[in-house]
Amino acid sequence: MEIFLDSLWPLLKAGVLFAVPLTLISFAVGLVLALLTALARLSSIKPLVWLARFYVWIIRGTPLLVQLFIIFYGLPSLGITIGAFSAAIIGFSLSVGAYNAEVMRAAIQSIPKGQWEAAESLGMTRSQILRRIILPQAARVSVPPLSNSFISLVKDTSLAATITVTEMFQRAQQIAAVTYEHMLIYCEVALIYLFFSTILSALQARVEKYFERYTVR
Amino acid sequence: MIRLKDINKNFGNVPILKHIDLRVNKGETVVIIGPSGSGKSTLLRCLNLLEQPTSGYLRIADDSLQLKEGDSIKQADVMKIRLHTGMVFQAHHLFPHMTAVQNVMEGLVTVRRQAKVEARAAALRLLKKVGLADKADSYPFQLSGGQQQRVGIARALALEPNVLLFDEPTSALDPEIVGEVLNVMGDLKQEGMTMVIVTHEMQFARLIADHIIFLDQGVVVEEGSPDQVFDAPTQKRTKQFLQRLDWMRERIPTGHEAELFAPQNEEVGIVH
Ligand SMILES: Nc1ncnc2c1ncn2[C@@H]1O[C@H](COP(=O)(O)OP(=O)(O)OP(=O)(O)O)[C@@H](O)[C@H]1O
Ligand SMILES: [Mg+2]
Repeated sequence: MEIFLDSLWPLLKAGVLFAVPLTLISFAVGLVLALLTALARLSSIKPLVWLARFYVWIIRGTPLLVQLFIIFYGLPSLGITIGAFSAAIIGFSLSVGAYNAEVMRAAIQSIPKGQWEAAESLGMTRSQILRRIILPQAARVSVPPLSNSFISLVKDTSLAATITVTEMFQRAQQIAAVTYEHMLIYCEVALIYLFFSTILSALQARVEKYFERYTVR
Repeated sequence: MIRLKDINKNFGNVPILKHIDLRVNKGETVVIIGPSGSGKSTLLRCLNLLEQPTSGYLRIADDSLQLKEGDSIKQADVMKIRLHTGMVFQAHHLFPHMTAVQNVMEGLVTVRRQAKVEARAAALRLLKKVGLADKADSYPFQLSGGQQQRVGIARALALEPNVLLFDEPTSALDPEIVGEVLNVMGDLKQEGMTMVIVTHEMQFARLIADHIIFLDQGVVVEEGSPDQVFDAPTQKRTKQFLQRLDWMRERIPTGHEAELFAPQNEEVGIVH
């Protein structure tokens, strides 16, 4: 019990200092990437479409762990050295971007054509229509799949340990190595992840509720 | 106000509109009738360039376009023509994430870049005009079909267009609420609004139209005053179309019978 309590603080601290910012920053950057990729896929400019497909193809077709290793251990041999934390952010953002580009594309396409036409008939431009009419509606459609991806990301951040980021899992490994309480420490860190994802699920429910204000209940 | 000369529209290489000539004077109400698939919606959508005509001449107010096959229209020209028109759709297409007043304000705020306070005041005046002042803060899903359509009209009016285009504004509505929408359109006519209306409501067409256009297979087969077209059609196809409608009117069951004979009712729908 004492070991449990003693290790709780360092673990939580690692979580708050690294896992949480890692998750938030990567998710925010990833969403922007996802949106840009979705728009590129939907554009009529061929090279943009290809670029977007290539990006999604590469990232979805290779393990995240391997991507992190390439960014952190591989790139320096090309003369590009990136800190562990930044490398993790790049890796996770690319991943979030690729996985959610399709989600956003589907959401945008699910908005009926009549919405475009009604807005066009008011004289709105394409970008105005996207910003004011389509994306707000698409956002609502994509909240459930995006939240799933967010919660996965919280757990995936444990992979950052493999590239020396001292996030929670890395801390857990260190403590376990010293105390030999593997079962206890790893269950403890699992509990903390569970705690974080539960809070996020509750948040997801609230966001969904917010978006439901304009639909039939 | 509107002038079309030799407008053609192909989808792929299928001609849908053929050599359309049309003139709509300021303050006039023109009603387009015709069988399903004859190109009524396409013609209306060519007027605000939701569909680009394949070729021909189009003028609305003081902006005109001359198109040859293969031309693409500059976005700036599209916008000029569009700002002269407002459109009301069969399925209203209100923005579901905005309240009634926000729907009406949207054009003013985004296109005309008016300040929110002013735009809201203008939008409230328009909602009042269509009898919905008390529904300003309702979302579309909280409104009845007739109310939604009236918000649609207010939204189309917001940018003060020279011409209002209606594509079957009452077809999706229950019979008992059709009247509230038609009344609003009647009021607009009284105020001198120029309107082009596609409708299947022949009694209404007769009542409101200054000029009727009968379109069949992409061609203006016959046009004239309502009395001319309805009482003394000169073309065989017009006569056939009107006869079929008459036959249907006799056959259309009352609301109660319609429930008993649902399949028959569907058949009637196809003839429309
Ligand atoms: N985007 C499109 N692509 C290809 N064909 C189209 C398209 N839109 C319409 N058409 C065809 O053009 C013809 C005319 O269609 P339109 O919608 O203008 O008819 P309509 O007179 O409005 O019919 P309705 O009374 O059923 O609304 C139809 O044969 C239709 O199938
Ligand atoms: Mg139509």
